[in-house]
Amino acid sequence: MSHINLASLEIGQVVGSTEFLLTRDSLVRYAGASGDFNQIHYRDDVAAAVGLPGVLAHGMLTMGAAVQVAVDWVGNAGAVVDYQVRFTKPVVVDPVDGAVLVVTGKVGEIDAENKIVRVDLEAVFADTKVLGKAQARVQL
Amino acid sequence: MVNPNVQGKKYPATDPYLVGREKIREFAHAVKSTNAMNLDVFAAQAAGYTDVIAPPTFAVVIQERSLATVLGDPAAEIDFSRVVHGDQRFIHARPIVAGDELVSELEVASVKSLGAHSMVTFETKIFDSSKELVCTAISTLVVRGDE
Repeated sequence: MSHINLASLEIGQVVGSTEFLLTRDSLVRYAGASGDFNQIHYRDDVAAAVGLPGVLAHGMLTMGAAVQVAVDWVGNAGAVVDYQVRFTKPVVVDPVDGAVLVVTGKVGEIDAENKIVRVDLEAVFADTKVLGKAQARVQL
Repeated sequence: MVNPNVQGKKYPATDPYLVGREKIREFAHAVKSTNAMNLDVFAAQAAGYTDVIAPPTFAVVIQERSLATVLGDPAAEIDFSRVVHGDQRFIHARPIVAGDELVSELEVASVKSLGAHSMVTFETKIFDSSKELVCTAISTLVVRGDE
């Protein structure tokens, strides 16, 4: 059951928008939780040595945070039956200020028969979209 | 470059991964989830789950175990230091629940060349202890070649 009335939804309707502050602490926490200890996510010297503009957020952290907008809307993390993204731009995380990621979810497609709504997620860092084709299909 | 002959290659199932309740909570905090289903056993049970459920991207932890097998396979010739994550998808038959014992089986779905670069797509199927499919994780890695 869901609090969302499928019949009242419209394509393009905004379902939510959240601002995530990704700090170096966030990256260390994600590294530990996920087991992804690639040093480009916490060492400035390593990031510079491989030609990056700075320490980057894990793409999977951006992906994992972005989907929360869809989860918060539907109210159940288990309702996300299909979720995909393309990693198009890096999120550079300043050691002091971190990085602000603004994620907005909109209704992209409504499958009334199967009660599945596609939520299109736009993730913006420093005025740039960092995810492409970010789509979460939620089962109502 | 990636050895194109690994296209279609299947890797054996990983050892079972036991999904812990605190691991789910730790991962949920890390991806900034505030969803009660990820954190609160009673909320998850009220929604019909046996225990807390994992955030939608938690399956990456299981996928990673299969990917490590491929990256460690000399026949695949993948230089990890040149790898960039291109895209990722998770198709869930059901959410991952604390207490699940999961194994994953990976197949190299495709190897493509893009100029000096290679794009490798992996399809990892994650099964529970009843051999039921829980999630299909599809990941494309871009392996940078010499410019």
